[in-house]
Amino acid sequence: MFDERSPIYRQIADQITNDIVRGTLQEDEQIMSTNQYAAFYRINPATAAKAFQQLVDEGVLYKRRGIGMFVAPGSRDRLLGQRRDRFFAEVVDPMLSEARAIGIPLADIVRRLEAVGEDVPAPGSGT
Amino acid sequence: MSGLSTPTYPRESDAASVAPGGRIEVRHVSQRFGDVLAVDDVSFTIEPNRITGLLGRNGSGKTTLLSIMAAFRKPDAGGVFIDGEPLFENPALTSQIAFIREGGDTVESSEKVSEAFRYAAWLRPNWDADYAERLVETFRLPVKQKIDRLSRGQRSALGIILGLAARTPIAIFDETYLGLDAPARYAFADAVLADYMDAPRTFILSTHLIEEMAPLFESVLILDRGTVLAHRDTEDLLAEGTAITGPVDQVDAFTAGMRVIGRRTLGRTASAMAMAPLDAAQRQRAAADGLDLAPIALQDLFVHLTGGAPIATPDVTPREGTS
Repeated sequence: MFDERSPIYRQIADQITNDIVRGTLQEDEQIMSTNQYAAFYRINPATAAKAFQQLVDEGVLYKRRGIGMFVAPGSRDRLLGQRRDRFFAEVVDPMLSEARAIGIPLADIVRRLEAVGEDVPAPGSGT
Repeated sequence: MSGLSTPTYPRESDAASVAPGGRIEVRHVSQRFGDVLAVDDVSFTIEPNRITGLLGRNGSGKTTLLSIMAAFRKPDAGGVFIDGEPLFENPALTSQIAFIREGGDTVESSEKVSEAFRYAAWLRPNWDADYAERLVETFRLPVKQKIDRLSRGQRSALGIILGLAARTPIAIFDETYLGLDAPARYAFADAVLADYMDAPRTFILSTHLIEEMAPLFESVLILDRGTVLAHRDTEDLLAEGTAITGPVDQVDAFTAGMRVIGRRTLGRTASAMAMAPLDAAQRQRAAADGLDLAPIALQDLFVHLTGGAPIATPDVTPREGTS
């Protein structure tokens, strides 16, 4: 269930942010408790708590004392903004460097993008 | 891990009946067996209400140390204190500790399993018979069987049940998983977690099954040749270790001055295990140098910290016809 590329708490935090970005978790919705996460993933509850704390520090979650953790209002838009900022550096640039390494011309890449990318929003249309 | 269902045996009785475990202080404990110094002037503190993993190679002194921490044995020197009170021959404190040794061998073997439970109910003020019954079902333990007729795994399961259902503030399991099959080991992990979350108390688990048990440990204590090699929060220890892989020259330049606990090469590629927390600038430099950074699993850290694997890969002469 976990890979070894990053700490378990970071992977749990990433799963929660993915759920928020995809809309599986709505703003102001309560998320499962640390104990539920711990039992499900068979990990120490302190590890789950560390993931939650990191997301609280990042403003993705907020805590309601005695009740639990909730998705912060506006966090989906913020997360989407961060992902868009990282998209070119983390997705496009490595693709181009791979293309360069194996000798695929830019024109071929552009043609491919235009062929399969029809459902990508046009500039300015937002989400 | 099935991941499909959450454990179905949380406890239902009064959680408040279990007092939290006290702070366990081991102060300058030494134990000698003939020529062998099994425990060598060891001092550390186990904070209450945590799950701590005790790791060590065979003969590192784990069982001796745990026996002393459970007051089963008086050390040659030093002592163990619970919240500042000396533990040895202190019944008020020793009754708060359940110590389950390897293979669950804490009970007379000619009795039936059900007799062992009856004895535990008499001995343990917090004995939880309902919980024991649910665990018997989980581990499929034949209660009418005589203990000396049980398989090794069944005996381990008996020890686990005795240790958990005693509901003591401090529970110590010394390599209790021997002979357990994979479903029973998962059931054990689930039971410890469910029990811990229901009523936080102190668990100390020694194990060789590091990969499987590591996610349960909030902290780890690594024992080697009778001394403490590391005692850290698991996440902090893991955050320190980084495997750096890439061209040999770049790897060596990058790790110069770092504490390298393991290094392997494959042709012109090297992979070094460094114990050094990397900052953002170092990570950027590594990426620019074409180096791959990855965390090191606890089991690999353990192997290298205890010197269990050779530091350098021996040169292997290529066989003819393979290149």
